[in-house]
Amino acid sequence: MAVTEQLATGIGASAPRKEDARLLTGQARFVDNLTAPAMIWMAVVRSPHAHARIAGVDLTKARAAEGIVAAFSGAELENDWKAPLPMAWPVTEDIRNPAHLPLATTKARYVGDGVAVVLAESRALAKDAAELVEVEYEPIPAVVDVEDALADAAQLVHDEFGTNHCYTWSIGGGEDVDRLFADADVVIEERYRQQRLIPNPMEPRGVLAQPTQATGEVTLFSSTQIPHITRVTLALATGIPESKLRVVAPDVGGGFGAKLQVYPEEALAIALAMRLGRPVKWIEERSENAVATHHGRDMIQEISLAATSDGKVTAVRVRLTVSMGAYLMIITPGTPLLGAWVYGGAYDIRGYAFECRGVFTNQTPTDAYRGAGRPEATYAIERAMDALARKLELDPVELRRRNFITEFPATIASGLTIDSGDYNASLDRALEMLGYDELRREQAERRERGDTTQIGIGFSTYIEMCGLAPSRILGALRYAAGGWEAATIRCLPTGTVQVLTGTTPHGQSHDTTFAQVVADRLGVGYDEVEVLHGDTSLVPLGMDTYGSRSLAIGMAALCHAADKVVAKSQKIVAHALEVAEEDLEYDGGTFRVRGTDRTMTVKEAAFAAWHAHDLPEGLEPTLEETAVYDPSNFSWPAGTHVAVVEVDTETGAVELVRYIAVDDVGTVVNPQVVDGQVQGGVAQGVAQALWEEAVYDEIGNLVNGSLADYLVPSAAELPTIEVDRTVTESPNHPLGAKGVGETGTIAATPAVVNAVLDALAPYGVTDIDMPATPERVWRAIKEARS
Amino acid sequence: MIPATFDYDVAESVDHAIELLGSRGDAKLLAGGHSLLPLMKLRFARPELLVDIGRLPELSYVREDGDRIAIGALTRHHDVATNEFLRGANPLVAETAAGIGDPQVRHRGTIGGSVAHGDPAADFPAVLVALEAELVVRGPGGERTIAAGDFFRGFFETALGPQDVLTEIRLPKLVGAGWAYLKFHRRQQDWATVGVAAVRSNGSARVALTNMGAKPVRARGVEEALASGADPATAAARAAEGAAPPSDTAASAEYRGHLAQVLTRRALERVMSG
Repeated sequence: MAVTEQLATGIGASAPRKEDARLLTGQARFVDNLTAPAMIWMAVVRSPHAHARIAGVDLTKARAAEGIVAAFSGAELENDWKAPLPMAWPVTEDIRNPAHLPLATTKARYVGDGVAVVLAESRALAKDAAELVEVEYEPIPAVVDVEDALADAAQLVHDEFGTNHCYTWSIGGGEDVDRLFADADVVIEERYRQQRLIPNPMEPRGVLAQPTQATGEVTLFSSTQIPHITRVTLALATGIPESKLRVVAPDVGGGFGAKLQVYPEEALAIALAMRLGRPVKWIEERSENAVATHHGRDMIQEISLAATSDGKVTAVRVRLTVSMGAYLMIITPGTPLLGAWVYGGAYDIRGYAFECRGVFTNQTPTDAYRGAGRPEATYAIERAMDALARKLELDPVELRRRNFITEFPATIASGLTIDSGDYNASLDRALEMLGYDELRREQAERRERGDTTQIGIGFSTYIEMCGLAPSRILGALRYAAGGWEAATIRCLPTGTVQVLTGTTPHGQSHDTTFAQVVADRLGVGYDEVEVLHGDTSLVPLGMDTYGSRSLAIGMAALCHAADKVVAKSQKIVAHALEVAEEDLEYDGGTFRVRGTDRTMTVKEAAFAAWHAHDLPEGLEPTLEETAVYDPSNFSWPAGTHVAVVEVDTETGAVELVRYIAVDDVGTVVNPQVVDGQVQGGVAQGVAQALWEEAVYDEIGNLVNGSLADYLVPSAAELPTIEVDRTVTESPNHPLGAKGVGETGTIAATPAVVNAVLDALAPYGVTDIDMPATPERVWRAIKEARS
Repeated sequence: MIPATFDYDVAESVDHAIELLGSRGDAKLLAGGHSLLPLMKLRFARPELLVDIGRLPELSYVREDGDRIAIGALTRHHDVATNEFLRGANPLVAETAAGIGDPQVRHRGTIGGSVAHGDPAADFPAVLVALEAELVVRGPGGERTIAAGDFFRGFFETALGPQDVLTEIRLPKLVGAGWAYLKFHRRQQDWATVGVAAVRSNGSARVALTNMGAKPVRARGVEEALASGADPATAAARAAEGAAPPSDTAASAEYRGHLAQVLTRRALERVMSG
């Protein structure tokens, strides 16, 4: 029986998720489930113009509305802010960073920019009152195209800068790279467009701020990925001392990076709750989410490869032109740079030059979206590798094999060191699952007979840099915070255990996987471990969840805390059993005096530590240990993803018929959880390739800001995702684990687009913009034929 | 998410609904709510009064009516899709219902609500036009029957007056007939980018198109070509004749014209071989 339990919940077992019972029975607590006595509702009045001077805000009618409590314009609140909303990553010394207040005061700079706020006794009344706010706008031409924005005569998003150029950041380059290009047998020059995406977590944002005016304390409940970072930064923006500000992320229904952010509504709710002395709640509407929650991607990528005639890539040159949107939010400027290190992909490349230009436009700000910079990098290098394969008439698999990094640790051209990997192993496994030769034969037959349904096979042999991040590297990159993580293990006297993690789940199953590891290490039952998170009072130390860091960094901290618990227990046990510490052997929660049957468990040590009747001299009572872990390197997952598509060449419709994902994420704690991360991630990556795009018209309106028009695919659009793994353990992680939260999204997009282009190869089509809509495919075929 | 203020009343009968519709300047019928409520939540529609006819079980049925079929206006898409009699007597309508939206939509949305909404991207209108169905309408002046071809007037515009209630849809039986409804859409749950309904019976074929104009378009050119002996490919080349399809984020007008031809050819190939 004990063995069965061990198998069911230990490290490597698909332990049943602890989260499911409350989520599936409606007992989860999302922000919108929370209420408070005397609570009022907030509604934000948003600009319908992409760019307009605010000539006046008349609140007279709103202030007379039924159920109204208060109404304010941006100008009226302007002096309440002690600092603008945070921007934590000034990537260059001369970056242009506009002051971003929670409400615009003189100019609205994107559709959705908040200009006024109303508070009323119910959500509906707040909404009705918001409609009565009369804002006089003087529209200005909008800046929408990221390249046009840099023209001399361009309209200015921020007049004070005299330009829409935000920053230029570069690494590498120089004469070596120039020479590699000059000496190359073959040079490939490609230009790709990363369309703007809307992250669309299933739960929109929401906040509830509860004030205690007498003491000046505020508790902010927010649907956020980053309660700890929010507390630090909003203390600065609102002037509420950090010691009096508590931030809680209750159950959070997805984030995908969109909730790795500090938003105007959070600052407004805190400030207005304090001002009015009543709890303030705001729940984002879905259509509001489309414009008021940050977007992802949106850049032009220019990538060049230098290669020898036998397909050995010698150098990569990259230039990005990225839309920041209207303001810089928490890591807006740094997001594309997270990709800067991996534009060389899984390949052994000597020369590297990277430049990124950030540009202001009159659109919703961009920031981290699942993968954040690395999907873009992977897309560019994986598509460019296919372009090189086409030029050299090489099989794309063979070209990749000729370029793979094969020896680890490997210092790559961008300067970082990949700790471990085996790129051929995952490629071999994927090809085996695919039946590659057979598929190529069928493809040749269909081409031969001019079948109207053509097959395409696309590869993405990706790497990922995640587990954010070594603090010293973040410092060198001018990021404002560290990348460490904290964990506490609290062994309670009755034998149960509380785990406190500074990471903050929003769908990643921390309650399950963190409990699995602690149960395994300390010999307590899986059901006896509770994992606590997301509350700055409960878990004061933390850097939160993003960049696939929870397992890679947070779990490492947890393992170190477990080591400390075992070490202290060993002292207690040695004292109790009257032996030397060295005479004890430890296995799975039980100490045994070597060569005897005398044992004592960690649970028993916890009880002894609590009553403290007889502890070793100098040892403090209770058994609770905290570890803070700062990684020495990033985490480097990798793998091979393969997409097989069928293209209806008459209509242009693309059907994804097979998808294979072979990932190396190191040691796996819970296979079911990892499979879920991979499958969901793949769905999001496929979505960028085939369906999703935030479409703006020339005057800056988002024209598809509803889920009827912005096409998030459902299960009906996707095939079964065939998942397998290879394992090389990370030498830097106590469990050998690597991050997995973003791999699917990073890998999938180029695999699918490469497959579409492979299907269209007989027509001579070599480029297509994302999403590869039926109409785009049809036009590409038509144009190639004419 | 939050509609503007409105009043709500429950109709006890069709006559009561007609009476309630006359009680306000801007009253709307509420059936399954899957077209109206989203518009209200976005505050694009702001009716003063909703008259809920969702509790009139007498309007939910599928029955044989001599050589015709009668479907009550409040029959939900799921019930249309799974009705055994209908699947034998007019599988085109049952299959069309099975392809609408997603399971949630099919379990709430009604055939009458979809038809009365007059959405040019909805599936039933073109199918009913191709079938030469009849729509039974009751209003303050009594009951009248309108041919499907005359019912749809324009963009979200039908022959229904402000106090009219659509009560029944009357269909022919498709015995020995060929039929097809082909819908091109980006995702399973989406409205048709373009749809083609084709029916062949008694030696002639009728073709009607979804989302190729402000209302369902009867593809007369295709029908004429077929009547004079053209093969499906030749006839289908005339599918977009006279149509004025929209350009939107789903497709350009030009691409819709192309799709109409491809889908019409494929539909005709099925209909002619069936």
